[in-house]
Amino acid sequence: MATISVGGKDIEVDEEGYLVNLSDWSKEVAAFLAGQDELELSDAHWEIIDFLREYYDEYQIAPAVRVLTKAVGKKVGKDKGNSKYLYELFPYGPGKQACRFAGLPKPTGCI
Amino acid sequence: MSEGVIKKFMYVNRKPPYGTVYALESLEVVLIGAAFDQDVSLAFIGDGVYQLTAGQSTGGIGMKNFSPTYNALGDYDITKLYVEKESLEERGLAIDDLMEVVYEDEDEDYAEKPSIRLVSRAELADIMAEQDVLLNF
Repeated sequence: MATISVGGKDIEVDEEGYLVNLSDWSKEVAAFLAGQDELELSDAHWEIIDFLREYYDEYQIAPAVRVLTKAVGKKVGKDKGNSKYLYELFPYGPGKQACRFAGLPKPTGCI
Repeated sequence: MSEGVIKKFMYVNRKPPYGTVYALESLEVVLIGAAFDQDVSLAFIGDGVYQLTAGQSTGGIGMKNFSPTYNALGDYDITKLYVEKESLEERGLAIDDLMEVVYEDEDEDYAEKPSIRLVSRAELADIMAEQDVLLNF
């Protein structure tokens, strides 16, 4: 099992870089994981990451991209509820990449 | 999204939620399969009705309580959860013992509507007869 070191703490990640224990997550961890993809997290990123964490907290799953897109449109504004906007923020895929930053498992059904 | 024939798929859940992996596997297949835009419904019969009971707590068995996920099904356009009345009664349960599962109706300004539909054994048999595909878990 691989580990990453954030703020002097060793944290376990799986072979694809997702956190093994959801409880290890913090904003610093999210920023570190984004750094691995050479991304700096803006407020727009955080809006999606926070949304994903709330969704997981309520339903115990990471939403499929289709569901995420629709839900973001409803929650944070119609102009943001489209894949173009989400892919601009998370070029490796809003489901895959944003869930990793959010400390969640890979979305169910995501390859 | 995709064009083509839309078939009626019913996932039939017959087992209690924990102890075997059937219930969780069924739910995951439902979520994955939702990407194909088919006409999907779920049926809960026999011990399967326990999957929807309210107030599930899995701390003692060290398993994840996945029951909140049934409330995400509406987001995946899955809004028909048939529960067999006789199965509930045979177990001393009633509809009030089940958790509330709702979906938002986009055509009615996102009004919340119940997804659980209580049906008799005979009614469920008729609904099953209308399906193109039945998947048993």
